Amino acid sequence: MILATMLNSGISLEYYMILSTILFSIGVLGVLIRKNAIIVLMCVELMLNAVNLLLAAFSTYHGKGDGQIFVFFIMVVAAAEAAVGLSILVLLYRNRKTVDVGMFNKLKG
Amino acid sequence: MNLIEIIALVLGALTIASGLMVVLSTHPVRSVLYLILTFFLISANYILLNAQFLAIVNIVVYAGAVMVLFLFVLMLLNLSKDNEPKASNLMKLAASVAAGVLVLVLLAAFRETTLVEMKTAVGANSEGLVENLGNLLFTKYVLPFELSSVLFIAAMVGAVLLSKKEKHLID
Repeated sequence: MILATMLNSGISLEYYMILSTILFSIGVLGVLIRKNAIIVLMCVELMLNAVNLLLAAFSTYHGKGDGQIFVFFIMVVAAAEAAVGLSILVLLYRNRKTVDVGMFNKLKG
Repeated sequence: MNLIEIIALVLGALTIASGLMVVLSTHPVRSVLYLILTFFLISANYILLNAQFLAIVNIVVYAGAVMVLFLFVLMLLNLSKDNEPKASNLMKLAASVAAGVLVLVLLAAFRETTLVEMKTAVGANSEGLVENLGNLLFTKYVLPFELSSVLFIAAMVGAVLLSKKEKHLID
């Protein structure tokens, strides 16, 4: 009960907006700055998580659970994406013996 | 400033710091471990929002399953610090400027918005509890929920098919 009254004081929505904006930008930074394809995939996961956090915050402030269901579905899709993406990466590594995204330029013609 | 705001600020600072460490640490395994830490901290943020179901799912799915998959592949490929591909300094500078400008643009856009007063304070709500989300998931969203199992089957078949060693796929 003490925790509930403590939480009642509330954190402003701006806190979550700023936090998820910064986390999303860190994800963008990682995608741009890193050349290891696995780390790039990880940074995409970080961006997805930042969006999830913002969606959950808006859902809570709105007082409806629908947003949190969407977060759940985003997690489902992200898990499937990670599985397929990583198996494609393993296949690429088997062919090219590298995970450097700069080396995957065969489609460039 | 009360206790909960201090906790929130410390939690936010820790989340951002460990998120930055994911990008900045040169060793790939360290990046994965920092990302797991980031996911745990994001789960703590969910608990702060009283979204208990999401907090647990985030730990089980992300910090548990997905990150173990990443770690597994990373160790399978046997990448070390020596053969870690490096970006050029100009690239790093351009990427940092681009990400910084993105933060600035988004925050400047937020400054101009006015938030509608919401009826509930954070923490006093109960829609993030398992019971309420379960009710919603199995009534209003039951069709997307069932369809997600089809997506998982497709992803599983795709992953198995891609990982199978076939002669004609390797040139």
